[in-house]
Amino acid sequence: MMKLGKKDILGIRDMSIAEINLILETAESFLEISTREIKKVPTLRGKSVINLFYEASTRTRTSFEIAGKRLSADTINISASTSSVVKGETLIDTARNLEAMNPDIIVIRHSAAGAPHLLASLLRQSIINAGDGAHEHPSQALLDMMTIKEKKGKIAGLKVALIGDILHSRVARSNIYGLTKMGAQVVVAGPATMMPRDINQMGVRAYTKLEDAIADADVVMMLRIQLERQKQNIFPSLREYAQHYCLNRTNIKLAKPDAIVMHPGPMNRGVEISPDIADDPGCSVILDQVNNGVAVRMALFYLLSGGNE
Amino acid sequence: MTEKKSPKIVMDSNGIERCLTRIAYEILEKNKGMDNLVLVGIRTGGIYLAERLQKKISAIEGREIPLGILDITLYRDDIAKSKKKAPLGKTNIPFDLTEKKVILVDDVLFTGRTIRAAMDALIDFGRPKMIQLAVLIDRGHRELPIRADYVGKNLPSSLWEAVSVNFLEKSGRDEVVIEEET
Repeated sequence: MMKLGKKDILGIRDMSIAEINLILETAESFLEISTREIKKVPTLRGKSVINLFYEASTRTRTSFEIAGKRLSADTINISASTSSVVKGETLIDTARNLEAMNPDIIVIRHSAAGAPHLLASLLRQSIINAGDGAHEHPSQALLDMMTIKEKKGKIAGLKVALIGDILHSRVARSNIYGLTKMGAQVVVAGPATMMPRDINQMGVRAYTKLEDAIADADVVMMLRIQLERQKQNIFPSLREYAQHYCLNRTNIKLAKPDAIVMHPGPMNRGVEISPDIADDPGCSVILDQVNNGVAVRMALFYLLSGGNE
Repeated sequence: MTEKKSPKIVMDSNGIERCLTRIAYEILEKNKGMDNLVLVGIRTGGIYLAERLQKKISAIEGREIPLGILDITLYRDDIAKSKKKAPLGKTNIPFDLTEKKVILVDDVLFTGRTIRAAMDALIDFGRPKMIQLAVLIDRGHRELPIRADYVGKNLPSSLWEAVSVNFLEKSGRDEVVIEEET
């Protein structure tokens, strides 16, 4: 018998290698359900999942919702713009009210780092962090690791390059924690203004030039450039950014010939990734990431749900 | 407290082999050949048995009978009660079940709950013409109205006994063992 020794999924940083492997292996078994004609199993009948999203999201929210529905759980979506948040209710009050309605799992995305941890300490329900500020996005890192394992057969020993805005990216942070834990060699590249000061303490090598980072890489993971950051004067223009940090036909040749290209979405075509790379089935695994995302989230729901002890 | 009895071997590898040979012939006799017939083994013991039945039936009929693998974990009726989860195995049924005669294969038939879960799972894959059940051991103590169509051996047992089937592929030898539950 296997057990996930946790009530909540808050981040990859506090996850053990055994727990990551358990989640990935469980997710691999869930892949098949999405290929059936009847894409549903009765496992979580009678359980309810609340998706509490304080930030815009299409992919992640839909993915969690589909994952819940394929396991027969009831899923309820709440987005900040249509909830009592606009009437001034605090996060804690919202959470206490949701708790009183007895859901089993609450999935939360919030612009403040630590918001899921606050809920986890207050509520008896399982909390899944679907992205908190620039902190962590564990389910994204898990689906990325699943995709790498699926395409490369392993994670340990691979060179993985993360390119772009490392400082503001929760996807980068969770992936750095996860991939280094699983034995990959992680390198990052981005403008100095988008690089965390303590990057070297995270066990990765940092470059300013994209070309230096992707040399001989097995996996190239491009990060979304958050357009709203432009106002903060951390980069002059999208055009200049693209000149230096856009993955294209020319610079991808520096990576291994069988390298895979990943992107957590949503993509800014022509900014961080050129359309011909993004759409190249020979290297791009971006849609495989989305497909694996549903399986990973099914695995999280499955492993977290149980008795009420 | 009585002393715990040592495990007793109730069937050896030759016994298992003969049972499976007989069941293979019985399946073909009852279904008048292997048209529209498919095998589905229940993880994990049922897979080994289904693979062996596949070899035997294919050898008798001179063409291969399709074989699928079913993990019933997600269809169990006690899954929500326990935090502990059985490791989830892969299900692989690489053919359409609609209008097929499905021979469901498991090692030990006990309460019938596994078979109930397996039938629910199969029906999610299509509408089989018929589902038949083949088991190596029927140990009684049914909790649901379920019976097997093909039985290797009826083994009357007590509720406090454990009946396990060991397979060459997993444990190094084929045998059926009965022992007191620890």
